[in-house]
This record gives sequence, structure tokens and C-alpha cells, in this order.
Amino acid sequence: MKTQMSKQKVFISGDEAVALGVRLARPHVISAYPITPQTIVVERLSEMVEDGSLKARYIHVESEHSAMSAAMGASAVGARAFTATSSQGLLYMAEGMHYASGGRMPIVMMNANRSLALPWSIFGDHRDSLSMLDSGWIQVYVEDAQEALDMTIQAFRIAEDAAVLTPFMINLDGFILTHTYEIVDIPDQSKVDSFLPVFKTPNKMSLEKPKSMGFSTSPADNMEFKYQQHKAMLDAKDIIHSVDNKFGEIFGRSYGGMLDSYYCEDADYVLVTAGSVTGTARIAVDNLRSRGIKAGLIKLRYLRPFPDEELRAAAGDVKAIGVLDKDISFGYEGTIFTNVNSALAHLSIRHVSINFIAGLGGRDISIKDIEGIYQDLEEAVTVGKDKSFAKVRYVNMGVEIDG
Amino acid sequence: MLKPEIKNYVTPKHIRDYPTGPSFEAGHLVSINAGWRTFKPVVDINVCTGCYQCYLLCSDGAISKTDNKKIEFDYSFCKGCGVCAHECSFNAISMVKEELAK
Amino acid sequence: MVDIKKITAKNMTDKEFFFGHKACAGCGGSLAVRLAMKVFGEKTFAALPAGCMSAVGFIFPQMAFLNNAIISTFPGTGSMLSGMRAGLDALGFHDTHVVGFAGDGGTADIGLQALSGAIDRRDRIIYICYDNEAYMNTGVQKSGLTPYGTKTTTSPAGKNLSGAVTHKKNLFEIIAAHDIAYAATASVGYPQDYLNKLSKAARVKGTSYIHIYATCPTGWGISTETSVSLAKEAVDCGLWYLAEYENSTFKINRKLTKPELLKEHLLKQGRFKHLKDEDIKVIESERDRKWAQMMEKWG
Repeated sequence: MKTQMSKQKVFISGDEAVALGVRLARPHVISAYPITPQTIVVERLSEMVEDGSLKARYIHVESEHSAMSAAMGASAVGARAFTATSSQGLLYMAEGMHYASGGRMPIVMMNANRSLALPWSIFGDHRDSLSMLDSGWIQVYVEDAQEALDMTIQAFRIAEDAAVLTPFMINLDGFILTHTYEIVDIPDQSKVDSFLPVFKTPNKMSLEKPKSMGFSTSPADNMEFKYQQHKAMLDAKDIIHSVDNKFGEIFGRSYGGMLDSYYCEDADYVLVTAGSVTGTARIAVDNLRSRGIKAGLIKLRYLRPFPDEELRAAAGDVKAIGVLDKDISFGYEGTIFTNVNSALAHLSIRHVSINFIAGLGGRDISIKDIEGIYQDLEEAVTVGKDKSFAKVRYVNMGVEIDG
Repeated sequence: MLKPEIKNYVTPKHIRDYPTGPSFEAGHLVSINAGWRTFKPVVDINVCTGCYQCYLLCSDGAISKTDNKKIEFDYSFCKGCGVCAHECSFNAISMVKEELAK
Repeated sequence: MVDIKKITAKNMTDKEFFFGHKACAGCGGSLAVRLAMKVFGEKTFAALPAGCMSAVGFIFPQMAFLNNAIISTFPGTGSMLSGMRAGLDALGFHDTHVVGFAGDGGTADIGLQALSGAIDRRDRIIYICYDNEAYMNTGVQKSGLTPYGTKTTTSPAGKNLSGAVTHKKNLFEIIAAHDIAYAATASVGYPQDYLNKLSKAARVKGTSYIHIYATCPTGWGISTETSVSLAKEAVDCGLWYLAEYENSTFKINRKLTKPELLKEHLLKQGRFKHLKDEDIKVIESERDRKWAQMMEKWG
């Protein structure tokens, strides 16, 4: 990167942070197809391959389907593989997504969260990655460029762990994170090398022990393979925690594992977020706290595996929970809301919980909007005991709506 | 190993007995194909010239060359398609109904 | 040019790499795969998309490939091969073959984009299309390589239509138009020609493609023992052809020898039994047009 500030601190975009993280992780193969707002990642990576600072094969594939297919081919012969996409591209990969997770191929992918057509929009929301929630990939949502870089390195270690062997998707909010410049600390290569061992997997082809891979099963065996895949994803939770701790020991930064809570210890009202909007929400919480309102915040870092126990521990004693979804599952509610409610249903107390649909197609979410969400939660507790209240609300709609 | 061999496969009892993901030992055979046949090929060794056209054209690789430059059938894997008999330029192979061949 | 010893029935390896599979008796596709693997050898990494050969070769716990092999996504054979090649090269395994075996639908229809990308990148991979002229694995549905007049389960022959209403997609020339390093057509009815082409493909530095005409007794309505002779006859009567493309030049390997066999050849097959004389005329005139063009341009 050109804008170097000191030896380790640089002023770069989220996309560039991912590219630098990838280089530090030393992948063997990169296969990618360009799509806004992911493009800067693949541009920087191809420059690094060109200038020799990244010793990887860069495959110029003709589609996202092939990006994933090529990454799987590389992974199947024991190579470390990376790809990146967004939105429509992620959907075009859908077949490969399930294929890679079923094949237990620890591919790492960056997804620039972007709205889905129609109508067309290049701006951000979470509908692309959430539509892939059931594809068997680990999903992490990062808050800033530093976390994007750090998680790119952690991703390979978690995905490639023998107990996990599951592909890993790092989600960055389109433009808000991908194109925003921040000061980022670049870890030392030798430290990354000690943190991230050379990729080894039993799940590969080799000349010594030839393999038949990607085979078919009859109903007598299929369910066992699916259970095994599920178990590996559940077991990934412990690995996520230990890898995050180890990362903290070596690099001095860690992220709380499955989720990150902010002022939750004594909170009455908690908002659940994912991704970059968490930064805005932190300021709203600070403002509310200064006015004496006991506001708290839970950043869901991982959506798969889902931090259900961690969520119950962090939000067990609150009066009301709001869930901010940059997503909507048409005909029901926000997908994160459904997941959060399912986790909370296992608590003995029943919370007031409200879904706030916000930021679709890049709609702004301001500090004021979030303060309004906390106000809604407060009102629901005081009013909603007797009266019914709207369970799903729409933040910052530009026009009036009925009902 | 010239060909994949029939393995003694034990049905998994515990989830850990399964391979990690759909990735398994190559050339792992547990069943034969003999039951597919209605007719079986029989070679007349005195007529066979060892030209190996039948060997070349067998979809199942169920014909092998013998030390005396003739051929023999692997009846465990021959499906009885009859290509070998049909393509033999010397009429050295005949297709015989399974029951009669026993 | 180094003189490379021809691989023949007599000197080829005794090793079987595709064995114990559950393909139908007399399957041309499995013969194409078996012979290719005998030429390419054990240091071969194969990818096969959904289709007959993957369906019959990888039924857990029965694994018919002795070498490394993987089922690819249906549209993604070309790109999975590229990924395997890149991975093997990155790990230092240069002395290996990366080979795809895909059917006509997996190649000419759903897999064409990924294959085009792989050829465009000049990746050192070998792609074998075993063409049995329909989606056989799913129960004989029409593909882009199903010829005119073929009765399939989605191009039925009835009062109004005589089976498939379009001619076979000209895939060989589409592939050649990429200016690919090596492309060839072959037939299981001319096995020595196929072996020679496989040997050539194994030595090519860039991408190579072999399109082999592979009979399907089940889907074509022919008796199993005629599988090889019918594939030979298809070439002899001009419904298929043996050709090569290398150094940017086309070459016909075998002239049209028995054009008069056409009608008899068609009517031997259940899939063509319904054809009327006028349908056969359509097939004949398309054959003649194609051959006239080939002889003029490549002869």
C-alpha cells in the first residue's frame, strides 16, 4: 500500500485490509470474479501476485460459479484457496457454497455485503449473506477495517482446524466498510506465520493415498455425513474462542469470540446488531448512558455457528431486546430476529423483543435512528405489557406506510 | 495393484467410523457385477490369436492378458454385454447362456 | 519431433483405473474413460461432473477410480480442473495430469462457460467429452448434442414432430475457435485413433480437448454387443467424423467411406426407428453439407 504512515500503521480501505490479510495468510490459489464493491480486494491481490509479494496462482475465472468451483479444485488437492464476491455473485455461487461445505473444504471467502436485485442496487445490506445462512459456511460480520484484516487471518486458522474443516465467509458491509479508509495496524509476517501453520488436511487427493472425493451416498449414509457437517460447525465455536484468544496473545487484539457486548452488564434495553452499524450504535449507547438510560449493545460477530448460549448469557436480565436487521425475509421478519428469538425462547423469562428493519439497499442508519430504537424499546416495556405493539418496525422509511 | 480389489467393508457403527466428508479411499470396491449377466463370454483358447481387441474394447476391463498370450475373463466383473464376442475377428469367443455355462 | 511409442492394445498397461463401476453393459462412455486412464496413468487427477460416469463410479462405499478423482458441480468441470491444476502447480506437483470426463450435456450445455474459461486461460488440462447424444443419466433427455430426428424423453416422436428438431451443436469447432492447443474428435468404434489422440493430449503444454462419440445401448435402443461396431459405422456413414485441430489448423483423419450406409445405420437404432424417408433426407443433406464444408476447408 502506498499510504504508509509508519512501519505498521497504514491508512487503507476495508477491501485493502482484506487483501493485506490474504497476503499475510499466504494462500496458494486465488480465484475470483469482479463485482462491486468487492473489486478492490481482487485488484490489490492481482497486483501483489504481479509484483511477486504474494506467491499465489491467480485464476481469472469467467464467473462466480467458477470462482468457487476453482477454489474447490485447489482445496481438493490440498492447496489453501481464497475467493471474494458480493451480492448477485454470491447467489451465482450458491451451488458451490453448499458443495464446498459438504465437501469439508476450508476455503476462505470475503463477501462485500450488498443488496440483491431487483431492483438493482450496488449499496449495502445483509440480504446476500443471510440468504446463504443455511449453506454450511461459517459467517462472521466485521465492524471495521482492522477487524476485517484480523479476521481474514483468523479465518484460515479456524476453517482449517481438523475439528472444523468448514469454509469461512468474512462479511464486510458494502461501501461503508469496503470503501471507507481507516488506520489499520498491519501484523508482522513472521508473527502471522507462527500463528497460522501451513495448511494440512486429511481431506485431499494425494499421489501416495489416492482419494475418491465428492462422492454420492444412498439414504443409508447421507444423514450421517450431514450430521457430521453440523457437528463440525457446532465444534467450531470452541475453536473460534481459542483462536481469538491466541490471536490476542500474539497480536494484542481480540474480539470476544462469538459476540461482543457493550454495556450489557446492567442494561435494561439491549440492541442486537451485526457488522458496521455497531460502530454507530456504540455512539448512541454512549449518548443514552450519559442521559441515564441503561442502554446496552450486542454485536453478533458470528451468525453461523450461532452464539445462542452467549446471547442468553449476555441478555438474560434485560427488559427488552431490539434486533436490527439489514435484511427481511419476505412474509415474515428479519432473519437475525428469528434466530435471536429462537435462542431467547430457551430462557425461563419471556422478553419484549422488537425487530427493526433498517438500511435496506444502503439506506442510512443514523445515531438518531438508533436512539429512536432504544426509545421504542423503552415504550414497549411500559406500554406494551397491556397493549399489543408492532413486532416488526421499519427504520427511516422515506414515506408513510399503513399498519 | 493392477485393479481395485474387493474390500472387506464394515458398516459404520459410530459417526467417527465415517470418513471426514465425502472423501474416501480410491479403488474401494465392495460389490461385484456378475449378477448382471444373462450370457457369459467363453473363449476358445485354441482359436484365440492374442490380438487383444476384446481386451481393448471391454468397457469393464474384465478381460486380462494371460502369460501364454491369450485372454481370460474376470467373471466377477463381466456384465455380459457381448462386445468381445461381436468384435472378435476370429470368432474365438462365444456367448453362452448363464444356466448352460455352469 | 521426438518419436513416441504408440500405445496399443498389446503394449498398454495392464493396470485398470476405472473398474467395478456400475455403468450399463456395453457402455461406450465407460470404455472412453477406461482407455483414457490407461494412457494417462496413475499420476492423474480427474474431475467428473454430474452425469453417467460420476453416478456409476462414486457410490459410497464403492469407488471405481483407482486414481485421484472428484465429482465436480455440473456446470463447473472446466473451472474445477483449473483450480486443481493451479493447486498442484503451487504445491510443486507439475508432473501430473488433470483430466475432466464430462458428458455431452455437461460439456456442450451447462458446462460450456466454465470450459470456455479454462481454454481461454490456456490451463494445462485435458478435457474429454464422452458424447452419447442425450442426458442419459437422468433418463434420456435431449441435449445440445442430440442430433436431428432423435427420439428422447423430452423430444418425443409423434404425429407432429419426428423427435429432436435441431441439428447437433458444432461443439468441436466452437472449442477450436478458442485457438486451443489441441482438440480432436474420436469414436469408441476407432479405438486406436482415440489412443493416439489421448497420447497427443497427454503431451500438450496447454489445454487439450477430445470429443469422443460414445454409444449408449440403453438410451439408443441398440443391443449391447453392437456398441463398438455402431460407433464405427457412425463414422463410416458420416454422421460423425474423426478430426484434429492443432497449430491452428484443422485436419480430417478419415474420409467418408460408406455414405450409403446412412439409412440402414439409423434404422438399427430404437431412437431413430420412427424416422420417415423425408426425415432421413434432412439428416442426409445436413451430413452432406457438413462434409462438403469440412473437405473444402480442412481436407
